[in-house]
Order: sequence, then structure tokens, then C-alpha cells
Amino acid sequence: MAALCVLRAALCRAAPWGRRAASGGSVPQRIEEKRRAALLGGGQSRIDAQHRRGKLTARERILLLLDPDSFDEYDMFVEHRCSDFGMDSSKNKDFTVFGGSLSGAHAQKICKVMDQAAMVGAPVIGLNDSGGARIQEGVESLAGYADIFLRNVLCSGLVPQISLIMGPCAGGAVYSPALTDFTFMVKDTSYLFITGPDVVKSVTNEDVTQEQLGGAKTHTAVSGVAHRAFENDIDALLNLREFFNYLPLSNRDPAPVCECHDPSDRLVPELDTIVPMESTKAYDMLDIIRSIVDEREFFEIMPSYARNIVVGFARMNGRTVGIVGNQPKVASGCLDINSSVKGARFVRFCDAFNIPLITFVDVPGFLPGTAQEYGGIIRHGAKLLFAFAEATVPKITVITRKAYGGAYDVMSSKHLRGDANYAWPTAEVAVMGAKGAVQIIFRGKETDAEAEYVDKFANPFPAAMRGFVDDIIQPSTTRMRICHDLDVLASKSQANPWKKHANIPL
Amino acid sequence: MAAVLVLRYGARGGRRALRECETLCSRRCLKTSHKLYSAVYDPNEKTFEKLLIANRGEIACRVIKTCKKMGIKTVAIHSDVDANAVHVKMADEAVCVGPAPTSKSYLNMDAIMEVIKKTRAQAVHPGYGFLSENKEFARRLAAEGVTFIGPDTHAIQAMGDKIESKLLAKNAKVNTIPGFDGVVKDADEAVRIAREIGYPVMIKASAGGGGKGMRIAWDDEETREGFRFSSQEAASSFGDDRLLIEKFIDNPRHIEIQVLADKHGNALWLNERECSIQRRNQKVVEEAPSTFLDSETRRAMGEQAVALAKAVKYSSAGTVEFLVDSSKNFYFLEMNTRLQVEHPVTECITGLDLVQEMIRVAKGYPLRHKQADIPINGWAVECRVYAEDPYKSFGLPSIGKLSQYQEPLHVPSVRVDSGIEQGSDISIYYDPMISKLITYGSNRAEALRRMEEALDNYVIRGVTHNISLLREVIIHPRFVQGDISTKFLPEVYPDGFKGHQLTDHERRELLATAASLYVAEQLRSQRFLGTPRIPIAKSKRSSWELSVHLGDGIYPVAVSKDGSSFSVEVDGMKLNVTSEWNLALPLLSVTIDGTQRTVQRLSRDASGKTSIQFLGTVYKLQVLTKAAAELSKYMPEKAAEDTSSILRSPMPGAVVAVSVKPGDMVSEGQEICVIEAMKMQNSMIAAKTGKVKAVHCKAGDTVGEGDLLVELE
Repeated sequence: MAALCVLRAALCRAAPWGRRAASGGSVPQRIEEKRRAALLGGGQSRIDAQHRRGKLTARERILLLLDPDSFDEYDMFVEHRCSDFGMDSSKNKDFTVFGGSLSGAHAQKICKVMDQAAMVGAPVIGLNDSGGARIQEGVESLAGYADIFLRNVLCSGLVPQISLIMGPCAGGAVYSPALTDFTFMVKDTSYLFITGPDVVKSVTNEDVTQEQLGGAKTHTAVSGVAHRAFENDIDALLNLREFFNYLPLSNRDPAPVCECHDPSDRLVPELDTIVPMESTKAYDMLDIIRSIVDEREFFEIMPSYARNIVVGFARMNGRTVGIVGNQPKVASGCLDINSSVKGARFVRFCDAFNIPLITFVDVPGFLPGTAQEYGGIIRHGAKLLFAFAEATVPKITVITRKAYGGAYDVMSSKHLRGDANYAWPTAEVAVMGAKGAVQIIFRGKETDAEAEYVDKFANPFPAAMRGFVDDIIQPSTTRMRICHDLDVLASKSQANPWKKHANIPL
Repeated sequence: MAAVLVLRYGARGGRRALRECETLCSRRCLKTSHKLYSAVYDPNEKTFEKLLIANRGEIACRVIKTCKKMGIKTVAIHSDVDANAVHVKMADEAVCVGPAPTSKSYLNMDAIMEVIKKTRAQAVHPGYGFLSENKEFARRLAAEGVTFIGPDTHAIQAMGDKIESKLLAKNAKVNTIPGFDGVVKDADEAVRIAREIGYPVMIKASAGGGGKGMRIAWDDEETREGFRFSSQEAASSFGDDRLLIEKFIDNPRHIEIQVLADKHGNALWLNERECSIQRRNQKVVEEAPSTFLDSETRRAMGEQAVALAKAVKYSSAGTVEFLVDSSKNFYFLEMNTRLQVEHPVTECITGLDLVQEMIRVAKGYPLRHKQADIPINGWAVECRVYAEDPYKSFGLPSIGKLSQYQEPLHVPSVRVDSGIEQGSDISIYYDPMISKLITYGSNRAEALRRMEEALDNYVIRGVTHNISLLREVIIHPRFVQGDISTKFLPEVYPDGFKGHQLTDHERRELLATAASLYVAEQLRSQRFLGTPRIPIAKSKRSSWELSVHLGDGIYPVAVSKDGSSFSVEVDGMKLNVTSEWNLALPLLSVTIDGTQRTVQRLSRDASGKTSIQFLGTVYKLQVLTKAAAELSKYMPEKAAEDTSSILRSPMPGAVVAVSVKPGDMVSEGQEICVIEAMKMQNSMIAAKTGKVKAVHCKAGDTVGEGDLLVELE
């Protein structure tokens, strides 16, 4: 975690002073005492209580998250209004101090590091374990939240912001993670909700547990608020370390390139047969993704939510890429409200932080039905379209099978400024499937036009003839082609017309 | 920029992709070489022009390879799920004969006859299994004037019937098992017969080949159960519900003689194969020759085998199976009128290509060899590599996609007969065999040493496999000494197979390897190319204090970087670990204090969990920094599922029967349902006494591994 050591406070070790002033009540001695007291946070008994809940203290969490000796603490001496601490770019709420509730002083400390992070271009990581506003401090505490929210918004798109929810996080506190780029949770010990079960019971008379209301399972599978959940504190922090390496430090940096041992020209023979002969049969898009990326390592984002689209980070020849793929295994890989929103937010993150996008397309279209139409599929589907269209990072698209109708346009098509758009021989770029098309064209009439349609449209040639796909490639060569394209596109420079900001259909 | 892109697209067309595709295909076909035969292929000898292989998988590929050498065009048949199978790609022509279930494709005689007519194949090689010992198929081929590569209908019929074959053997003065007897009508009769013979007895389908469906009964109750299963299997697999009950010889060896006969009355014995290492009566490890036979016994067995072959006017390759007791008394078991799975070990020591000889004989040529010409050159061992979990009764089938697959062909004197490749699916429809791994040496020790190396260098990812069991068998002192019997596995592993048991030093080697891999990975993750991350101000790390979890143990391990190698301290001992540390390679060669080990890192994750295949067995480890390990004691234990009141499918398969319904009382050990997988029926029993709460499956369902079948209260 190189990024976080950049902001080093000028705090020197206390030991040399201690030797000099042995007499009681001297300044160095008081420094030592206060430092020792601060290190204990809310005191040993509170630390033990935190451990009994299966959680670690903020200090222990930082120990695991950061490289050894790379954390320098700010404002350890801030008093009275609050005695906990913030950290450089890693804002952290210590549950052992006043239940981690937010005080004015606390907010001030968080704002201080966020300002610094924005200034130098360092990611912000928040480890959240907070009861909400500190009621005792009243409006000052509310003001503190707003100060943080404002900075979350101003940092958005400037530096990556990651929230790791490691305990209860209720009330106003939840909006900070909601504004950050990624929210991760710890299973069984973390909760996110506007109002807890007691308030819910008194207002709506619903009986619901904390876990059901705002546990990791709810937010990763049902609400889509959180992007991933981990087994426990240690698991979460170690995964966060790994995740961090995929990200650039700020929007001024290119996507990071790691040392890579996986040959960029590696052929992937199994891809030649991975798409089933019958176009109705499902296969797992993750198999394709894993076999193409470096060392089969894929950090999936939102793996349990809207599973008909797969998004996540991987590396190609060492360089971080964002991967978007329709998942034929779930709901035939169709686009619906949730998958469009999931995809759109991911695409915008990648675009904001210079991460090239690789899109694997096997999409039969948008999901029909009243539930979707009433839910506003038009509005939400437009988000994904908007995100792909405005993205100026390198965009490489591989059509593995179906690319039907409007969904074809949406999925990073050539028309949306795709840089390299490929089709596998199994690709079918068409307005719709043969059966549906024939039913509409020859409404009600008996016909054997289906085979003719398949022959004419259910293949990659019509698109290739018009240049809508740049090449029909042998699937086994896909990795090689993408790695090569990424090298060529590394210097891509493209800008959208100047504007205050675009107006994405929210 | 734009110009560069346009140029590139201009130069690359579909033609290049096509060329790449062609290169791939030809490479795939040539990947296994038959360097272990000395067989002679005479291009001027007239033979068939086109031959159809009525089989799939490795044996279809095996036959095609010889056909190519003999200049014969090949036709493959396949089911729809096998459309991309290796045998289909290797053959000159391929035709789909039906959907996945074998009864509708590879056993579909009508469809196959149709293909033969359409493609004008002059001959059919049936491989093993499927239609290889089906006299009806041979008869229909004969009626169409198509040559069946195998013996004639009479021999198939005579040897296919266990009762008739024993009578024939007796008449040909072949030693037969005492007390064998008749056809069985019901369970009571089965018990009566069993009592007459005297326990233990063996019960099996009369028409079935090999050990499949064979059951041993030690008392009346087991006889009844055996009768029920065997008759069901006989009816469903062979459409012929006759059964065979005979005296079961305790603690025998299974040794078989390969015979080769022509249509001119000549017959040879090509020495023996020792096939004693079996689980559930299916062979796992085979070798030729056998450590047990002296030349006198070998000749006696060979001569009896040839006498039997001549008695039925046998032509083609065939195998006479014997049970051999500890005093080297041998008893005729059965004759298999086809090419055996384990034929490669015979080819290795004799230099013959058995498929070529079968084709020549079928074409009408007399044998080219005399008995005196048949040598025993060196030693060959074959391991059957299966997609199965050896930790569950020595192997329950597993399915999946081979996400990575690499055969150890870089090890000297290795032959791999396989019909799959990277990306292939191991499905529930067919035999779960991945390949046959054969090693050869000038003596047994050399062949076994190479086998050990070959197993370590075999990369199979995506399905569970039995490499760990195979490797343990071939290094077990009893096996190395040749002290084996068909009961080897249950005797050596009475509580089931549990993988390799590490010695203290091996454990240190494994811990050092895991810790070094962890550090290598950490160091690599800090190395960014191109635009650097903001430099770390603190000094570069060169030592790590780690804590490695392995099994129930937690071991402190200290690693320090020492140039390109690591100095690792475990249990107070310092080990020097060197490697190239190429973390993308599936095979990692690590040298630990001068000992070279080939290990495979199967997985790793951010939380330090990793699984490493070491000495054939997969070990799960977790490498944490000392600080993280100390804090992990505060992490909550996740509640484990109570498994005694639920029944999950131990493997993927089809539900054949469910014998309980909600509300029923069941007692511990009572059969709850029967799952059929890979043509094998498995009885699922209750783990405790209780009331059935819910039944989640019904007969005919397809279930996956771990699927919930039945819940008890």
C-alpha cells in the first residue's frame, strides 16, 4: 500500500525527549502519557468487548491494511470533543471510542485527511464502524457529516474512494459509503441502514433483524448497496489490500501495470469450443474471462447482485482492465434494470480512472415485461448506454454469441466509439433471434423462412461487411489480440466536448 | 494513431484467423507420439480404405492413430455433446449419431449402421465397452458385408456368456473356479445357490463385462441385496437379467493373459498383465509383466489361454482373465473378446501395436510372429487417471470443465492415451476416465520412478482427480515389493484414503514452499512497471515473519530474501528455497536444500489461503503475517451445518429411486435413495434414525454434487 504513506506527519518518536526530562509533569512525559492513552482508544475493556464481537480495533485494522511502518497518525492529541483519531488517507472510525459515533472533532479530522488526499492524489479508504451522529453533540455532529459528504462528492472521480463497513453503520453515516466508489462489507458483523430495526418496528410495524435489514447478504444480493462481502475483518482487509493494487492513485495516473508472468501471446485453445453449438444453451462467461486474463485472476465486483451481467477488475499483460460481460448462465444474459445500473456505474468508474474497458457480449436483448417497463427500464437502460458512449478510455469489445437489438448498440458497440470490436465465428449480430424475427415479418403465416434468416443474419458477416466489427477472430487468439490492442491504445487520447458536466439519466 | 489502427485491421483478415485455426488443429492431433512401439507399418500391405470407430474418448483416438499410420481413412461417430471432442477432430470424417445418453448414441445400432452405409466404411473398430462385445452388432455388420475388427459372432457369444464360457474353458482343460453354477430366478434361489457354493460368493450380471456390477456376498442378507442390485443393473444395462453366482476367491491377484489369434488357426500369448490394484472391482493401476509370475506359471497360463482361444476358433486380440491365489494356483475368470483398456502396457513390453494386429487379422492376414518372437522388454506401468474424488470410497465420480490441462509428455518414456484436451467437459453421461498414463523403463524401479515424476508433472484443473491415490499406490512399500492383491486398497487404507501423510521433513518442505510462494507473490505485487506508484519512503523489506496454517497446526515460518533464493526457517531448521518463481506457470519447480520438487499451486487468494499439490496430494494452507495470525484468534467461528440430519448427493448423477416419503421413520443405515452416476448405482443411506422431514428429489431427477436430497427431523 504505497499510496497511503505519502502523507507523513512530522511526528517524531517520543523516546529521545523522555530521556532528557525525567522529572514529573514535564512536556515529554505528558506527550508519552497521552500517546499511550490514545493508543488504547476507549480503554482495554472496550478493546476486549470489540474482540468479543469478533471485530478488531481501528488500530489493529490499520496494522493489517497497510504496509508495516507506513502509517503515521494525525491528530492523536485532539481532545475533549473526541479522543479517537483519523489517519492519513485512510479515514477510520474507532468503535471503541464512544461507539465510533461521529463528533465534530472526528469529522474535522476526516476532512483534514480527505483534503490532503485530494490535493496530492491519493486514494481514500474509510473503515467504517460507527453508530451514527453523536446525539450529545447535536447539530455540530450533523454539520460534520455534511462536511464529509461534500468532500466525498468533490473527491469523486478525482481519487478512488473505498469504504469498508466493519460494524454497524446507521443513520447519516451511511451516506458517506454510498457516495464512495466501492463499498465492501464484513459478513455477520457489519450493517448498513438508515434506521435500525427498533425504529422500523415503531414506524412501519415490521419485524426485521439487523442482518435482514442491512446485513452483508442484503446489500450484496438484494439492494446492490454494497459491492462485495468478506468473511471477517482480516479477510476483508487483506482483500482490500489486493483490490487496491488494481486501482490508479488518482485520475491523473494511468491504470497501473504490474509485473506479469503470463505470456501476452498465450493462445487459449479451449475458447474455440466454449460456446455451445445450440444457441439456446448457456455457458459461463466467467470461464471465458478467467481463461483470457492474466493468471485467471478476476476481482469480481457485485458477484451476487444482478448476476446476468459480470463486472470486475483483472489484468492483461500486467495492466489493470475493467471487464464487463453478459452472463448467459443467468437469465440468458439479458439486460434488465439492475444489470444496467450495475454495469453503468462500473463503466463510469473505469472511465474516470483511466482503466481500459473490455466488454464480452452475449446479449439477447433487454428483458421484456410490465415489471421492467413500470420500473423504468428505459431510464435505467439508458444509463449503461450513456456510460459506454461517454467513456473515452480504450474500449475493446468481443461479441461471443448474441448481440441482438438495442442491447447490441449499448454493449460498447463500434457506434459508441469502440476502439477494437471483434466477433467470434459464433457471433450473431442481428435485430433479434431468428424465431422472433420470422414471427414478426411473416405474422401468422406458416413459413420456413427461419433457416433463411439464420443463414442471412444470425452470423457475424452482416456486421463485419459494414465495418461494425473490425475482425472476425478465432476465439483462441482473443487474449493475444486484446493484449496487443491495449499496447497500441495505451496512448489513446480522446476528449468529450467541454461542458460543466453531462446529464446522465439518473 | 488512426493510421496505425487502420493499417492493422487492413493486414489482419479472416484468412489469418483461419491459418491460426489450422495450426492449432494439426498441433492437437500430433500431441501424443507412439514412441514406445517398435511395430512395423508396411505401406504396401493392402488394407481397408476406410474404417469407422464405434466409440468415443481415448480409445477412439488410440484407434485413429494406428489407422493414420496404416494409411486408413477414419470415420468417427459422436453424440451431440461430443461434437467438439478430440476424436471427432482427429478423424477424417465425423457423424453425429444421437443425443448424449449412450443408449441413444454410442449404443444406437440403427444410427451407426446408417452412418456406415452413408460413409461406405469397410470396417468397424468397436474399441472397448459400448458395442465391442455385442454379438448382434457383429452379426448386423456381417450381414452388410462390413468387417468387424474383433472375433466372429460365435466367439463373442460363447465368451460373453459367463456360464457357457466356463463350460468351454473346462472342456479346453483350463483351470476354472470351483463350484460355479447357474441362472437365478429370484432372491430365494440366489440364497440357495450361494449356500450350496459356500460363502463368500460373487454375484454379477451374466452378460456384463469387467468388474462392473459385481457384488460380493458374505451371508444370506447380502446375497439378497446383491441379487436385487445385480438384476436391476443387468436389466437396465444389458437388457438381459441373467445372473451369475460363484465361489469368491479370497485375497486373489488379478492377472490376465493377452492373446492374439488369426483366422488361420494361429494363436499367441503376449504375456501377462497384473491388474490387482482395483477399487470396487475396477482396475486402477496395471503393469506388465507381473512381479508374481515365474516363467513356468506364465507359460502354463499362456498355454491355457491359447488353448481356450483355439477352442472357440478365436481370431483378433483377446484377453483371458485369471484369478491367481497366493500359491500361484490360477483359475479362469472370463475372456474379454475385445481390446482391453490396459493394452498399452503389453504394447510397451512386446513392441507390438495391438490395434494394427487386430486390423491385419480382420483383413485376413496370418500373424507375423511366432511365440518365440514375443519378448518381455523392460517394464511398463499404467495408471488410470480418473475425474473422481479418491477420498470418497477410493473414487466417486466428479464432473466439470478442464480449465487447464497439460500432459506430462516432457518426462521421458511416458505415453498418455487420452481423448480430452483443455476446455473439455467431463460429463455425467460417460466414463469419467481422463486418460491412461503409461510409463516404461528398463526395469520396474525405473518405470515406477518415471511414473512418480509423470504424476507430479500432470496438470489437471477444473475437476477433482485421483492423482493423489495413484501416486500413493505406486510409492507404497507393499506395492514396490510386489506384495499386492485385489484387496490392496482396503487393506492398506482400512479407514479410507486420506492422501499422502507428510513426514516431518516433508512438512517443513511444504511449509517453506508455501511461505516462499507467498513472499514471491508479495514482492511481485509491489513491482509496478511504467509510471511508478508513489515510492515507499521506508526501506525495502527483506525479511518476513509468517504464520502458516496447515491442517490443525499453526507453524511460525521466517523467510528472508537472499539474492534470488529464500532462506526459510521452519521448526528451528533453515532451508534454502530456490525457484524461478514464475507464478503463472502451472508447474513450479522448486529446489529445497538441493531436493527438486515439482509442485502445483492450484489456487491462492488475498487472505493468504492457498492450495498446493505437493507429492501428489493437494494441501490447503493459509499463509498470514505474524500480526494477522495473532489477530485471527478474535475472528468469529462460522457455524457449520449439521450434516447428520441432511443427505446430500456425494456426486453428480441421476436419481434412480427414492424409497422414503415425508413423515416416514427411517433407521440408521437404511437406504433412502439410489443415485446412478457413470453407470454405477450408489445406495444413499440414513446417517441417523429419525423421521423424514422433506424429500427434495424424485426418481429421474438429475442432481449435482452437494445437492440436498432428503432432510431428517
